[in-house]
Amino acid sequence: MRATVLVRPKQGILDPQGDAVRASLRKLGFDVSSARVGRVIDIELDAEDVDEARARIERMCADLLANPLIESFEIQVDGS
Amino acid sequence: MSERPLVAVVVFPGSNDDRDAAWALGSVGAEPALVWHDEPELPVDTGAVVLPGGFSYGDYLRTGAIASLSPAMDAVRRFANFGGPVLGICNGFQILCESRLLPGVLRPNRQLEFVCRDVRVRVENADTLFTRRCTTGQELEIPVKHGEGAWYADEGTFVRLAARGQIVLRYDEDVNGSLGGVAGVINEAGNVMGLMPHPEHAVDPLLGSADGGLLLAALVDAATAHVLAAA
Repeated sequence: MRATVLVRPKQGILDPQGDAVRASLRKLGFDVSSARVGRVIDIELDAEDVDEARARIERMCADLLANPLIESFEIQVDGS
Repeated sequence: MSERPLVAVVVFPGSNDDRDAAWALGSVGAEPALVWHDEPELPVDTGAVVLPGGFSYGDYLRTGAIASLSPAMDAVRRFANFGGPVLGICNGFQILCESRLLPGVLRPNRQLEFVCRDVRVRVENADTLFTRRCTTGQELEIPVKHGEGAWYADEGTFVRLAARGQIVLRYDEDVNGSLGGVAGVINEAGNVMGLMPHPEHAVDPLLGSADGGLLLAALVDAATAHVLAAA
């Protein structure tokens, strides 16, 4: 089963990388008011069904993939 | 037992201040022992642990995140839970935060630049295992060298830590965008501390400052006391 985890800097958390990207986009003439940089983690795993896959990935996020102090995450399981 | 207390320096893949830390600890009276991250146990008679600076696991995912899962970190966690003194320097601080042994997290510097220079930090609380040889309000000159040193915690945590004296060191200037200028924090039990400046690079006036030696010598005192208490 395939899944994708999107990890983002939480609302209100300073994202210097995103700010640098926004500034560069504006330099190129794109009228961008905000840019935030996160992370994509593609996962392949064996799971009985989508719910089990999702539950396991939730734990992966809590234990390693995201730091809840500064990051939020979103899980997309293929077929869900 | 030798007269010099044993201080374990944990070496992760990508650590690069481990030998400097060992040398500096030796210069203030410790018997340093390098411990590879794969080791499930710390040496017998370990009196204190230092997690050194560097770029463990290439800073993959988040700084310190992968290292926090090493077997040696399980041993460090047990040691800390037993009251053993643990000092995390720079990447070591990041690892302690990711291990949840210390509150908060280290974020990329606000200016997105690696900072590498001497800075002045103020001792906010001299009544800790690690700052006993200093006085509250004393300024220490110690170098920093990091790209991700902006300590962050939510407002409630920050206020609580400050009220309890857990903010141990603050920068005299805005070095990296760290919340409240925090340069070093300690856990509630008072035996685990992390700081971004590198005391191991400031143990000899020839290198510009010996102020870091005050922190490391206090750690060695604490190591001696811990070994005696455990015996």
